[in-house]
Amino acid sequence: MEYIKTLTNKNLKESLAYGGCGECQTSCQSACKTSCTVGNQKCENKKVNKK
Amino acid sequence: MSKGNIHKFYLNEKYIVLDINSGSVHVVDKIVYDILDYYLDHEIDEIIDILANEYPRDMILNAYKEIELLENEDLIFSNDLNTNFEYNKENVIKAMCLHVAHDCNLKCRYCFASQGNFKGQRQLMDLETGMRALDFLVENSGNRKNLEVDFFGGEPLMNFDVVKDLVAYGRKLEKKSNKHFRFTITTNALLLNDENMNFINENMDNVVLSLDGRKSVNDYMRMTLNDGGSYDVIVPKIKEMIERRKDKDYYVRGTFTSKNLDFSKDCLEYYKNGFKNISIEPVVTDPKEDYAIREEHIETILKGYEEFSREYMELRKNDPEFLFFHFMIDLNQGPCAVKKSVGCGAGSEYIAVTPEGDIFPCHQFVGEEEFKLGTLQTGITNTKLRDKFKQANVNTKEKCKTCWAKFYCSGGCHANAYYSNNNILEPHELSCRMEKKRLECAISILANE
Ligand code: SF4
Ligand code: SF4
Repeated sequence: MEYIKTLTNKNLKESLAYGGCGECQTSCQSACKTSCTVGNQKCENKKVNKK
Repeated sequence: MSKGNIHKFYLNEKYIVLDINSGSVHVVDKIVYDILDYYLDHEIDEIIDILANEYPRDMILNAYKEIELLENEDLIFSNDLNTNFEYNKENVIKAMCLHVAHDCNLKCRYCFASQGNFKGQRQLMDLETGMRALDFLVENSGNRKNLEVDFFGGEPLMNFDVVKDLVAYGRKLEKKSNKHFRFTITTNALLLNDENMNFINENMDNVVLSLDGRKSVNDYMRMTLNDGGSYDVIVPKIKEMIERRKDKDYYVRGTFTSKNLDFSKDCLEYYKNGFKNISIEPVVTDPKEDYAIREEHIETILKGYEEFSREYMELRKNDPEFLFFHFMIDLNQGPCAVKKSVGCGAGSEYIAVTPEGDIFPCHQFVGEEEFKLGTLQTGITNTKLRDKFKQANVNTKEKCKTCWAKFYCSGGCHANAYYSNNNILEPHELSCRMEKKRLECAISILANE
């Protein structure tokens, strides 16, 4: 690609297959306590992260 | 949301295209950015004509082909995500905000806890109630292993003996029940001393230290009980705490109000003090308060975020350890689609427990009688309310359905929605605008790094 640089091509849709295991951190506990932003949370599903 | 489920913007010298449903992020040349305005409803020949004055034909053709490639790989114009999953069917609870002290040794003007007592009596949680709360969490946690407990208040260090005993109790409990507790504490730092700092260091996975940036800003908002400023007392303590933390997590967290719309200066002040993990949040309050953030402030705030994003990138060139909570986005190992749709989990996976043992959906709802879910004795009895929270997500909040930011923001803060619009399903417009700007900044930072 000459004109496009893709920062992530991990398709969110794939995560529907394994998603929702619930082991990740609750967003509001981490720092802000008044808003939500979950984009910066880490997925803790071991199967996925091994990939 | 732009046409075709994408969002594009220019910031910090980058043209950026987000594909909402796949979560892909593309940094593109201006030509691609321009073609995308016409791509979905024009043939290639028409686009070549429209852009003829700006780009040569071959170049348009090639850029167009690259967009087609992305489209074939489902990385742009991707269809709606099927998020009709059933969330938290078993009503598992995995996180708890434990209000060990409804009392405080500061009286911050904006405190949602109404100067520490949360509209109730000033009260400290006794050990029995705390233990019952940890038991309750374990009993309701299904097969989740990692359980989170944040010691919160008021000011939790005012009830430090109970905190210590609860951690000890939790350690026993986790062995017995094969769970793992992550303890954290949110404190105003006033009572930090050698003993409790050591304890926090050894036992808490994270410590959130409250401070509002510059001395003048902090001291106006965060007053001691005799109306003095708190800055000079707490800053040395925060420094000491962080020094001891070494590589363990901490956050210095502040609130900004309409009195310091130049909050980027407060963020830089944190950095000057050596505080590298920081977060600053817009105040959540009644719009009638003179320090409330209102429509007329919003443009300045959005510019403030942009300004800070540039300063942030500069600082990070030499010091990648500097982290602003809202500018951190993990594009590769971020949360799954389920988490991205449901967000904070308040009232379902996450609850707050008061010193009396009452249960609320989260710390921001504590003391609002109509939001009481139950008690530690009775368990969750208001299941209607729980279900309402469970179903509050980006698919049920009308405004979020069509919002480009939905899988980053996850539908915003229910409390914020409730306090501004009296409805947990109707997001607070000003918060949305700030959230979207923070996200654009965060992604433009990634594009530059
Ligand atoms: S809360 Fe606002 S910014 Fe967040 S997804 Fe909903 S509409 Fe978008
Ligand atoms: S409702 Fe708001 S304050 Fe409560 S947990 Fe969710 S994001 Fe946090």
